[in-house]
Amino acid sequence: MPLPILTQLASALTLSITLIAAAHAESGSTSVPFTARYQQECGACHMAYPPGMLPNASWQRVMSALDKHYGVDASLDPTSTHEIGAWLKAHAGTYKRVNEEPPQDRITKSAWFLQKHRAGEVPPEVWKRASVASAANCVACHGKAAQGSFSERDIKIPK
Amino acid sequence: MSNFHTFSRLLILSSAVLSPMAHAVTAAEQLAAYSAQAAAPAQAVRGQQFFTTKHGKDWSCSTCHTVTPTAEGKHATTGKAIKPLAPAANPERFTDAANTEKWFRRNCKDVVGRECTAAEKADVLAWLLTQKG
Repeated sequence: MPLPILTQLASALTLSITLIAAAHAESGSTSVPFTARYQQECGACHMAYPPGMLPNASWQRVMSALDKHYGVDASLDPTSTHEIGAWLKAHAGTYKRVNEEPPQDRITKSAWFLQKHRAGEVPPEVWKRASVASAANCVACHGKAAQGSFSERDIKIPK
Repeated sequence: MSNFHTFSRLLILSSAVLSPMAHAVTAAEQLAAYSAQAAAPAQAVRGQQFFTTKHGKDWSCSTCHTVTPTAEGKHATTGKAIKPLAPAANPERFTDAANTEKWFRRNCKDVVGRECTAAEKADVLAWLLTQKG
């Protein structure tokens, strides 16, 4: 005997909500609001990256060597360093695919990043385009990255 | 008044007196402060040369900020857009002495391999102030 119609509707609704929530969970953890200090100090030379995308150990290593920050001096005063470090610690590693400290603590060398941007998805020559410049330049293709959204439907690879 | 209290007050007062940058807010004030520290007038032409030349390393200032600082620049590594450096094109520039010092400290170390002198900062700022937006 089939389930009563109300039960069927309730099940369908529950299932839909769960699926939608799951879909948002991934982007949700990349869209924690940035403190003004983080945006200002860590968003000048590159996009301010979502703290959830690296485990805390990686962030603390980055913060402890700001004068040798991937080839440049990004050093800050002690107060700012401490404040940003604490905020990163509070929000680190929340992106669901983050589990390992990537090589050189680079988001772009994370296993999940490499998988999502593998050659079949992003032809290698794309990275050489002047409009892209660098794998660290999320906004080149992810127009809403600065708002924490990396939704596939918003991706547009520039020429 | 305790000795410590007196000492710390003297320290704070003396650092305010000895640091012309402490009270500099506008670009003009910051330029005056750097010129005072350099004990010489700034030279905009020299500033342009300093800005657009490499100093023994891979980058010049213009590598990221372009040779026309009224234009938008681009970070040489990350590709991120950099708003214009010339105050005439971007009123947010050189409005905070501590911020100015921070960027000079870091960028000079990257470009020149050392901190810039007060004279070099004065020259660069003088040149930037001649650029019309």
